[in-house]
Amino acid sequence: MDVVLLSRLQFAAATMFHFLFVPLTLGLSLLVAYMETKYVRTGDETYLRMTKFWGKLFLINFALGVVTGITLEFQFGTNWSRYSAYVGDIFGSLLAIEATAAFFLESTLIGVWIFGWKKLSAKAHATVMWLVAGAGNLSALWILLANGWMQHPVGYTIRNGRAELTDFAAVVFNKFGILQFLHVVPAAFVLSAFFVMGVSAYHLLKKQHIDFFTRSFRMALVLGLVSSIWVAVEGDQHAVHVTEVQPAKLAAMEGLWETQTRAPVVLVALPDEKNERNLIEFGRIPGLLSLLGYHDINAEVRGLKDFPKDERPPVLLTFLSFRVMVALGTLLPLLCIVGWFLRNRLVENPWFLRIMLFSIPLPYIAIQAGWVLAEVGRQPWIVYGMLKTADAASPVAASQVLTSLVAFIAVYGLLGLAGYYLIAKKVAQGPDMAESA
Amino acid sequence: MVLQSIWFFLWGLLWAIFFMTDGFDFGIGTLLPVLGKSEQDKRLMINAMGPLWDGNEVWLLTAGGVTFAAFPLVYATMFSSLYTALMLILFALILRGVAFEFRGQVESAAWRKTWDACIFVGSFAPALLFGVAFGNIFQGIPFDGDGIYQGNLLTLLNPYGILGGLLFLSLFLVHGCLWLAIKTEGDLHDRAVGLANKLWPVLVGVAVLFLVATAIFTPLYSNYLAQPALLLVLVGDVAALFGIKYFLRKAAYFKAWFASAGTIVLCTFFGVIGLFPNLFPSSINAEYSLSAFNASSSPLTLKIMLIVVIIFVPIVLVYQIWAYNLFNVKLKSEDLDLEEAY
Ligand code: HDD
Ligand code: HEM
Ligand code: HEM
Repeated sequence: MDVVLLSRLQFAAATMFHFLFVPLTLGLSLLVAYMETKYVRTGDETYLRMTKFWGKLFLINFALGVVTGITLEFQFGTNWSRYSAYVGDIFGSLLAIEATAAFFLESTLIGVWIFGWKKLSAKAHATVMWLVAGAGNLSALWILLANGWMQHPVGYTIRNGRAELTDFAAVVFNKFGILQFLHVVPAAFVLSAFFVMGVSAYHLLKKQHIDFFTRSFRMALVLGLVSSIWVAVEGDQHAVHVTEVQPAKLAAMEGLWETQTRAPVVLVALPDEKNERNLIEFGRIPGLLSLLGYHDINAEVRGLKDFPKDERPPVLLTFLSFRVMVALGTLLPLLCIVGWFLRNRLVENPWFLRIMLFSIPLPYIAIQAGWVLAEVGRQPWIVYGMLKTADAASPVAASQVLTSLVAFIAVYGLLGLAGYYLIAKKVAQGPDMAESA
Repeated sequence: MVLQSIWFFLWGLLWAIFFMTDGFDFGIGTLLPVLGKSEQDKRLMINAMGPLWDGNEVWLLTAGGVTFAAFPLVYATMFSSLYTALMLILFALILRGVAFEFRGQVESAAWRKTWDACIFVGSFAPALLFGVAFGNIFQGIPFDGDGIYQGNLLTLLNPYGILGGLLFLSLFLVHGCLWLAIKTEGDLHDRAVGLANKLWPVLVGVAVLFLVATAIFTPLYSNYLAQPALLLVLVGDVAALFGIKYFLRKAAYFKAWFASAGTIVLCTFFGVIGLFPNLFPSSINAEYSLSAFNASSSPLTLKIMLIVVIIFVPIVLVYQIWAYNLFNVKLKSEDLDLEEAY
């Protein structure tokens, strides 16, 4: 196997693993901060217990997020050195800003939060958690601006054999990155909300700690309802921008082969890349794609055949991941809406609780599918229209990358198992009711 | 030129701060099997760095990130040349990080033993390997004009590289003992102080060897010969090294820790100044060497990043010093009772 393929596999494995933990960090930190503030405001011990219980789950998850993040920071240099040399002038800055402006705050203050219960006033301690949550979400902004720049490079010129920055504001206000931020962060909130609702449902089904978990459930429900609707609405805007700046990705995610006006959306299909057509097709809605992409039912949409073969992304994976995400993006808000009507009668509706318990993985799947769409759909470019992935890898031996790839899979596999085992254990234990402030 | 030179020294400074802060964590982690006689001792040791290690580690991310932003070619060539060594460091840091959080979560001796081993390896390996890596950088790395590395992991394990590793290791071990001396009381405290006293002469010995070997294996002294005033850095470093012993004898542990922090920072600067303007010299041909002048980002990026660093690094220092102060007190057993403690 060649270095490029191995490096891609390794990068995909490392990022996808990082992104198993990051979304929960982003959303749960906010919920924990909110719970702690409620405790400070009302003095109600239940809120303190909620802070501690969800806080513990947060910390286990956080540890995995942190250690897997370091990998990513190293990997651009170890595995994508040609990429790093070519775009470091711009991309490197965004990563460096992320570390100085966000990671420091988050990592320093998380230590203060863990060990500072007796050293800070209750109010200051709660403030620390808000800052942790804010810093986490701020780090998401910078990393997504970095990814947004790879998706749609702006504010640069090619000089001295590399991309050099000409307009920093253009990079920071890159619409692609901002749209990603507005999609990824709420998606992370959806995931966190479903996590909290699912865990709460587990205990409510067992009819234990009813007050504790009803409150937790409802708190998460509000977050989940708002953000899941937001994600779907914003996702549509996102697709409009993709249509504009990454037409090949759009064609692949819709399985559109021929350039046409009144382009259709096909609900179910099986793209066949070899023969440049879709094998099965049904649920064809003529004009819908033109309407969604250009807000004009007669607009012309470019099909895949209009792109040279070596500039098309892998169609099947892009197509399927989009279908999976959108299907879940429709289902998740519906579940929240049902939850809203049942919010005062949760325990009387075990069927619903059971659905919510088994829904915990769904937003995880949606998020991973979304990233597969974004990253695989960008291929063969590592920076869209500028640099091909094939030209970006490091000049290292394939055996080195193979060794590290195998090591990543083994170590991450074990750590993932250990991490989720601990989370499951803490969940099953439930909150510590004996404890008081 | 000026901008690039400023960035060169900022680059050195960030690495120096990383070694100064996370250095004592590496030291304590390496000493876990030595000083951690009982479960209580081990928990005290881990909780002594508990609130701080993660913030300390971010200095590494920033040093790496700034290398990427200010000297992309160096980041690309350094990280790909040192691929396997960096992967080893990476896996070590991964294991260390999760071990802190996971270790106390299951009541089982085997479980704790596993994570203790991870903390040890995760601290020992980076301490040694960062030293090996920097020793090799001082000496020059065999990479060609296309930035392609012409060696393997074993190439790095040459005598001078290994000496660099031992220097870092002994610096961090002393540094770690001193932090334990500040944070603990009783038996553990006494043993940490005793070990610091025993390790200090070893450190002096390694340091002398290193300085001599540097003259033989590296061109670092040429900058000092050209500008003898720079030797003040070395003088300061030696003074700080002796300061450790001085304050140890007076049982002024915080000052001793400070002196060892100074030793580490000045030691890093000793190397960085000697390297100037090179960041990543090639041992194959000096013309391939990557320097602050031929491998930097565009002036615009350097300017913007300078503004970012001037604004944020002081802010970071303020809240990190605040956090250090908050936890600059002896650990009490009630600290171990905290539900979230490690
Ligand atoms: C809970 C997770 C989740 C849910 C329910 C959705 N998405 Fe999404 N989506 C993501 C999580 C996500 C993501 C993982 O966060 C991605 C990957 C990159 C990005 O910016 O967000 C993403 C990417 C992404 C992209 C590609 C952007 C690119 O190429 O960079 C589009 C067009 C959409 N989404 C559109 C939608 C639509 C129309 C949805 C609903 C009906 C939807 N998403 C639901
Ligand atoms: C955290 C969520 C992310 C996930 C799950 C993810 C996933 C992936 C996947 C699956 C690939 C492989 C694509 C292929 O081989 O066809 C990939 C490639 C890549 N992604 Fe991402 N990505 C994420 C975020 C990012 C971000 C934020 C960046 C940049 C800051 C980034 C940069 C890259 C690079 C450099 C590659 C390698 C080249 C390539 O094969 O495309 N990714 N990613
Ligand atoms: C491929 C690009 C990425 C790189 C290089 C990267 C780098 C890192 C690093 C180095 C850390 C550890 C920081 C610490 O020690 O505290 C980290 C953690 C984190 N990252 Fe990433 N990351 C990437 C993708 C993402 C994305 C796409 C997001 C959000 C949308 C994100 C959000 C976070 C958050 C919130 C944390 C904090 C702790 C946690 O993960 O639980 N990262 N990341």
